[in-house]
Amino acid sequence: MSDHHNTDHSGPAARVKALEAILAEKGLIDSASIDAIVDAYETRVGPRNGARVVAKAWIAPAYRRRLLADATKAVAELDFAGPEGGHLVAVENTDRVHNLVVCTLCSCYPWPVLGLPPVWYKSFAYRSRAVSDPRGVLADFGLKLKPEVEVRVWDSSAEIRYLVIPQRPKGTEKMSEDELVAIVTRDSMVGVAKVEAPRR
Amino acid sequence: MNGIHDMGGMDGFGPVVPEQNEPVFHAAWEGRTYALATSGVATSADEFRHAIERIPPARYLASSYYERWLAAAETLLVEHRLATRAELLAKQDPSIDPNLIANAIPARGPAPVKDKSAKPRRARFTKGARVRARNINPTGHTRLPRYVRGKAGVVARDWGVFVFPDTNAHHAGAKRQHCYSVVFDARELWGKPPGTRERVYIDLWEDYLEPVAGNAKSDKRRKRK
Repeated sequence: MSDHHNTDHSGPAARVKALEAILAEKGLIDSASIDAIVDAYETRVGPRNGARVVAKAWIAPAYRRRLLADATKAVAELDFAGPEGGHLVAVENTDRVHNLVVCTLCSCYPWPVLGLPPVWYKSFAYRSRAVSDPRGVLADFGLKLKPEVEVRVWDSSAEIRYLVIPQRPKGTEKMSEDELVAIVTRDSMVGVAKVEAPRR
Repeated sequence: MNGIHDMGGMDGFGPVVPEQNEPVFHAAWEGRTYALATSGVATSADEFRHAIERIPPARYLASSYYERWLAAAETLLVEHRLATRAELLAKQDPSIDPNLIANAIPARGPAPVKDKSAKPRRARFTKGARVRARNINPTGHTRLPRYVRGKAGVVARDWGVFVFPDTNAHHAGAKRQHCYSVVFDARELWGKPPGTRERVYIDLWEDYLEPVAGNAKSDKRRKRK
């Protein structure tokens, strides 16, 4: 049960093939454009985009302010845009506030900055419990927050898509933007992990 | 609809289990499904989401994410008369259960109309307004989850004007209206002890909200009367 992918792919694979053949026959799609979409998400649109946004916000206070004021615009400055990115909002983790993003009704996710969501984000376990037991869900990821830290859960029920700006870890003050991009994880930008400084 | 997709607050699905080094797609058909479903099979995201919600509940739970997308794409293909079930079946592997193909629960939303709501409405609520999520149970598409219905919260932000999914999914008008970030305390939602520092921010359209009594100051509609 649950959301684990099927190990027997013959069923859906044959059905998708039929779907694609019919749409192509009727001239509604061409297979080259379908290839291009798959390729974009496999090679270009992914969490490295969001990591670039976060690293820039850590390094440039003016960019951080623009990002918090209008994330859609600030993200577009870095040439990241596309479906599910028309209304982006950045929420910032601090010592006192921890943000966590979910979509309880389906699996809405900020594609242009994080790519397509991982299976756990789409799982029934995450979708059901993130709103009612966020600390328990964070514990599933090995993240324990102090009781005095306020947890803000963002349920993406409309067209707004959320990006968490994780806290910049201590010991990274001398790192370059590119070095910072490499340590910002997808999970930290959904709010289920903190960013760790690299071990020396 | 009060469907299985509306999962917020349910128990029993166990712990969240992340997968290490997860690929973007676990099989080629997942990528094809994603790309086909986002290439004009649906007339709107609202319609597509509702097609997923109309997967019979037992099957919904037994399907992976992209299997649900595939089922929704088949459903809309047939409902939009782009293909018949017979055409879809003719191209299938004979080993596939034909009952799986385009077997969605019929849509039961508002009747389709030509969009007459040209002018978006003025915002009824302002930041800081105490509001209650209405206790409504639409039979069609809605983005008002059960776990907030009847609960009181506070408007945190006005996101501006958006198309209303409850009508748009059914071709029953765009009904553009303000959508708000509304914050609910864990005590109100789940009966957690006072002092539990957990809040849920959820984006709710104006039609989902009503003012909490004694809140006339921040309810513009009431003020005008």
